[in-house]
Formats: sequence, C-alpha cells, structure tokens
Amino acid sequence: MPASQRSLPMPQPLISAKGLIKPATFLLCLLPVALAVYAVSQNRLGANPVESLLQLTGDWGLRFLLVTLAVTPLQFIFKWAWIARLRRMLGLFAFFYAVLHMVIWLVLDHGLRWDLIVQDIIEKKFIAVGVVVVAGLIPLALTSNRFSIRKLGTRWKTLHRIIYPLTLLAVVHYLWQVKANDIYEPLLYLVVLMILLGWRFYRLLKH
Amino acid sequence: MKKSRFQSKKISASEITPEAVFLKRRQFLAAAGLAIGATGMLPSLATAQDSRFDSLAKWPHSTEETQTPWDQATSYNNFYELGTDKGDPKKNARRLVTDPWSVEIAGECAKPGKYTLEDILKPHAYEERVYRLRCVEAWSMVIPWVGFPLADLLKRFEPNSNAKYVSFETILDKKRLPGQQYPVLQWPYVEGLRIDEAMHPLTLMAVGLYGKALPNQNGAPLRLVVPWKYGFKSIKSIVKISFVEEQPDTSWNLSAPREYGFYSNVNPTVSHPRWSQAQERRLDGKSTGLAALFAEKQDTLMYNGYEEEVAGLYTDLDLRKHF
Repeated sequence: MPASQRSLPMPQPLISAKGLIKPATFLLCLLPVALAVYAVSQNRLGANPVESLLQLTGDWGLRFLLVTLAVTPLQFIFKWAWIARLRRMLGLFAFFYAVLHMVIWLVLDHGLRWDLIVQDIIEKKFIAVGVVVVAGLIPLALTSNRFSIRKLGTRWKTLHRIIYPLTLLAVVHYLWQVKANDIYEPLLYLVVLMILLGWRFYRLLKH
Repeated sequence: MKKSRFQSKKISASEITPEAVFLKRRQFLAAAGLAIGATGMLPSLATAQDSRFDSLAKWPHSTEETQTPWDQATSYNNFYELGTDKGDPKKNARRLVTDPWSVEIAGECAKPGKYTLEDILKPHAYEERVYRLRCVEAWSMVIPWVGFPLADLLKRFEPNSNAKYVSFETILDKKRLPGQQYPVLQWPYVEGLRIDEAMHPLTLMAVGLYGKALPNQNGAPLRLVVPWKYGFKSIKSIVKISFVEEQPDTSWNLSAPREYGFYSNVNPTVSHPRWSQAQERRLDGKSTGLAALFAEKQDTLMYNGYEEEVAGLYTDLDLRKHF
C-alpha cells in the first residue's frame, strides 16, 4: 500500500468501555422498529398498523438524518471526539429507515399495485419528493465505506454534501403531507435543521 | 330473490358474518356486561349499556359485512377537537362535557330556538343501522349506529322554502377541548348539506353505536352520519343546526379548498392530493397481529356502495368539479 493512501486517520482499536459504544448504538437504533413490530404482533399498534408503521419509519428516517447532521456540531462544541466514529452508522440508519418507509408504502400500503403507485408519484408532489430523497440517499449509502472514501478522494466529501438538500427535502415531504395546519412537528424538524445548518454557516464565515 | 335496493351488490359470501356467530357475540357481550355489573368493580363500563336502546328496531337494509370491532371503532378516531392523533380522542375523551347539552335551531324555519338534548331526542324512536364508513384517508369501517333519520328531526322545525341548505356546528369549548387550543382548523368545526341530502332517508342522526350510547370520542351526544360521503362530513357533537339559503362554509373546505369540496361524496375516480381514493383499507379486525400488515386493501365503491340510493341527487352535477 503506498504511503500517501495511509494519511487518512484510522479508527482507534476497540477497547472495553469505548468498544461498547458502537454495538450499543447499533442496538439502540434498531429499537424503534423492533418495538413497533413487536407491538403489531401483540395488536398494540392501533387499528391501522400499516399507517402507524409508515409514520414511525418516516419519523425515524428524518430524525436519523438530523442526528447524523448533529454529529459534527456536537463533536466541536462539546469536544466529543468519540462521536465522530458513530457518524457513518447513524447515516446508514437514516437510509435504513427511509428505505423501510418506502418499502412499507410500496408493499404494505399499495400492495405493489404499480398503476396506483405511479399515479400517486405523478399526482402527489410530496410523494415525488419522498422518492427523490430515498433515491438521493442511495449513492451516499453505497459510498459509506472506507474503500469508497479512499477511491473518491476529495469528491467523496462533495458527494456527501447532498445530505443537506436531501434532509431539507425530507422535511418538505413531511410538511406537504400533513393535513390542515397540523404542522408543529415538521416545523420543529425544520427549526432543528436550520440550527444545524446555521452552525455550519457561522463557522464558514468565521474561518 | 329480489334484491333490496339498499343492499350493496359487491359483498362476497365470505364477508357476511353468519347469524349464529353474530348472535353468539351478542350473548357473549351481554354475559360479559352482566358479569362486570355483578362484580360491581367497573360501574362505568356496566352503565355503558344504555337502557334506552334495549328494544332497538333493526333497520332491514343494514349491510351484513363484518363489523369493525368496538375497540377499533372507539380508539381510532378523527376528532381534532380532542387531538390530531388517532388515539388522542379516546385519551382526551373526558375533556368533552356532554351534560348539560342543548342544540340551537336557527335560520329559515318556523320553530327556531334553543332546545335541550332531551327535547331534541324525545319524539324519536331509535333504530340500529349498520353502515359502511369511508374516511377520506383511505380507510373504512362498518359500524352499527343507533339513531333516527335526520329528516324526522328537521321536519319538526318546519323549514320554509328558503331553506336550501342545512349547516351544522360542533361544540366550541377552547378551555377544555385540547385540540381547540391550536388553530389546526378554524373552530368551531362546521359542516353542511344540501337540503335534499339532509332529508335523504339514509342520512342519520346518531346517538349510539353497538347498542351503547356514543362514547365522547365518537361524537357524543349527537352526531351526523352520512354514509355516502367521506367521514369528515359526519359532524360530531352537534350544538347548532341552521337552515340557510346559501351554501354554508365547511371546515375542511375552508382549510384546503383544493382538496375538500362541499359535496365530498365518496368517489374512487376523483383522486385526492394526499390519498388515492381508488382503494381503502377495511378495518374490521379480520386479520390480527403481524398478518394485519399484509391484509389487502379493497376497491372503493362509488358513493361508498350507496349509489342506487343517492346517485339521483347528483344527476345534474359535474362530479369532477363538485368533488
């Protein structure tokens, strides 16, 4: 291996307490969907479990996008170096929940009726936006590995910056989906996103 | 055999609950009610069985499709006054105070005034009618309502020839009703019908379901049921009924006129910006547990399957324009 390619910092070897952070986070991230599926099996997720699961996976997809974007600010503000090691996993969980959200919509909600699915995507712009978000996350998920980072070099960072517009579109997808003026939850996500982007913008100006 | 004109044509034999099973359920419920009453541990549940409904006449044209379980019909509700999540109305049900209750009758009629609930209900004999209920959110239920035709009520107030429409209003109680503390919709909730729709024999004033008084989350003490229209037309907890000359405002139309028309008849061919209306998820408890996730949707019927009865009301109407 040429020396120049070794310049990327390698993660610390796993050691006891610190080594537990990753597997613990992994299990924690799986908890929402695991609990929900268990609740469905016990008839405890309400009269319309497909709708509940669709909402839940959508919520968590968006939350994980925001949590992923919060890693860098947290790392700098609280000097939490260790949190950077979770970024990739959190981003992949955002992708996992977004894909699950879409699969539930395609298979459980629409029963793979492609005529209705295509009609929905064409007619309903919030659905079209949702499809764009999931499609946009695919290249990010596929390149979330050390090999791609090495291979793409500086282009990797450029590519992964599309998480900013994708997260904004995910909020728009939610905002356009809610009924009446019941916009408090999507607005809260929008505020969080603005804070996370604002912090980056501020840092950019300072340097 | 001659088909009843109220019966839907598209019900498969498997959808019909055998009478024996239905009766057994009834016996079980009655026995459970007795057992609870006897132990005296749950007085509120025991009294939920309403003595006013002891000898209910059965409407002969009820659908025989599998009925939505009581649990689901009373825990999965859209009643924004009590919160916007489906489970909120049941959780916050106690915030709706239904005693005392009065209904104001206003507008183009000979006998306007404020009537107590007792005065409103006294002359009417209740019957049980099992209707399909189709929500605009593409789910549906089958509910045994207890009530009487709205026409019978309206005629008592002698509407005059200027009464072209009927408008309805839900209780406004910003202090108690948690949903009314946010401008999610314009409060109070208002709905309306054309006078011929209001006088149609299918249009029901409901006071109960499953042989019991309406739980608060289902619109106690008095609600409308218009089975061929999307559920939001069936306004809950009514405090005012007005006879009016002009088409009245309706809450969802005010909120999003592009999405919700005045008529809002169930129509699988006119799609909605949020939900495809071609199909619906029937919530009838037939599949439970994880199997419920894989239950197939069913095709939505024109006018929710009441086409024969109500299509005549709309022969001159462009349904794409007047959705």
